[in-house]
Amino acid sequence: MFSISVFLESFGPLFWAARYTLLISVLGIGLGLVIGTLICAARLSPYVWLRRFAMLWVSFLRGVPLLVQLLVFYYTLPVIGLDVPAMVAAVVTVGICASAYISEIWRGAIAALPKGQAEAAIAIGMTPQDVWIRVILPQAFNLSLPALINELILLVKASSLVSVVGILEITRASQAQAATTFRPLEVYIAAACIYLLINLCLAVLGRYLEHRTAI
Amino acid sequence: MVSASSVEIRKVNKHYGTFHALKDIDLVIPPGKVTCLIGPSGSGKSTLLRCVNFLEEYDSGEVLIDGTMIGYEAPGKKMPGRKLREMRRSIGMVFQQFNLWPHMTARENVAEGLIRVRGLSKSEAHRRAADALAKVGLADKMANHPSRLSGGQQQRVAIARAIAMEPRLMLFDEPTSALDPELVGEVLNVMKTLASEGMTMVVVTHEMGFAAHVADQVVFMEKGELVGVDSPDRILHHPEDARIQSFLRTYHERNSF
Ligand SMILES: Nc1ncnc2c1ncn2[C@@H]1O[C@H](COP(=O)(O)OP(=O)(O)O)[C@@H](O)[C@H]1O
Ligand SMILES: [Mg+2]
Repeated sequence: MFSISVFLESFGPLFWAARYTLLISVLGIGLGLVIGTLICAARLSPYVWLRRFAMLWVSFLRGVPLLVQLLVFYYTLPVIGLDVPAMVAAVVTVGICASAYISEIWRGAIAALPKGQAEAAIAIGMTPQDVWIRVILPQAFNLSLPALINELILLVKASSLVSVVGILEITRASQAQAATTFRPLEVYIAAACIYLLINLCLAVLGRYLEHRTAI
Repeated sequence: MVSASSVEIRKVNKHYGTFHALKDIDLVIPPGKVTCLIGPSGSGKSTLLRCVNFLEEYDSGEVLIDGTMIGYEAPGKKMPGRKLREMRRSIGMVFQQFNLWPHMTARENVAEGLIRVRGLSKSEAHRRAADALAKVGLADKMANHPSRLSGGQQQRVAIARAIAMEPRLMLFDEPTSALDPELVGEVLNVMKTLASEGMTMVVVTHEMGFAAHVADQVVFMEKGELVGVDSPDRILHHPEDARIQSFLRTYHERNSF
């Protein structure tokens, strides 16, 4: 029999654990945006070795599963003598992984802009920095907003993988909860509901932002 | 009266790979006059125009703005970016596709260059942007984004964006070719006003009426060559070169019904 009371009681601890899921996803996408922008800049730079580095970065991170990246990163740190909290290791790995996808999102959006957008700015004498900051990036950001929100939703789900390095996020917390209550079905359905709730909120936020920047 | 630039183009050549797009072009564009560039599509008109503000790099020859070569300090030696930007500040350009920035209002489009390039304060830039927009008849559309403007209005904003920088030379690349026929007139009228104020203008156009009535000289190009430079009357009504005659014949056939 499905126990409604176990199901409902699971929400308390799982909501508590959702803080970590959100923290890892949001910090991860923040870090991913910073690194992804740099990687995209390298990819579009006139220097061939920078472009090669960016291409390697993207193909490596897209070609290796996040779970394996997490384990590699987590077990490499002690080897090189770094004692880093699991949370930091998780955020850095998730951020680096996201950077590969985000740099490709940027690159697609920038390529989609008509050449004349930059030309109009160059023709009035703007510096290359201003052309990027004032003309190209704001438009690329608006264009890629749906893809970026989608990436954030993927990260929320992928963050369940950091349970392997011992962080008590939603998935790990539900495993613990299932073990103590002997009611895995109720607990995991509660976990599914929380993931769903978070991602529905993100989708609504995305819809709102898209609407606001549509001109 | 604005102070107006002169342009001198000497033996300019341009290749795209092995394709010879501009062949030994020589042309003098006198200050305060309107020069129209005509010719079949693909003849190199845009390429030549874009060499004047160095949006396109020429391979050899010289393009002199008021006696100073643009793009190169000496043949083969590129000019530093800062110097090039300084020269571009006084050269306005208007594109066939308008190229307004869609994430900014009309007023912000015009103010942007004043703030970033001329270093004006935001309030001063917005005041001048309002003046420039009023001049092209768009005082009541300042707060609109480009997507909320007709093609003719967008092109007038683009002209305002260029003239707000107080250029001494204006380049137009088929400014009315992307417009519905009923919107062409409003853009040409703004250009006529500019011409009457003594701005040096170089206009690539298929509007033969504009060339006939407003131009001081008409340049005919074909296959990367400059075929003829003369008064509008001599080029458009009494052409001697067979290539010009044939181009005009095609033009008249297409435009009569
Ligand atoms: N970026 C480019 N790469 C290669 N060929 C080009 C490029 N731009 C223009 N061309 C070629 O140069 C020729 C002249 O082009 P253009 O100056 O645009 O002609 P017009 O403006 O007279 O129609 C055309 O044959 C065109 O295909
Ligand atoms: Mg052209």
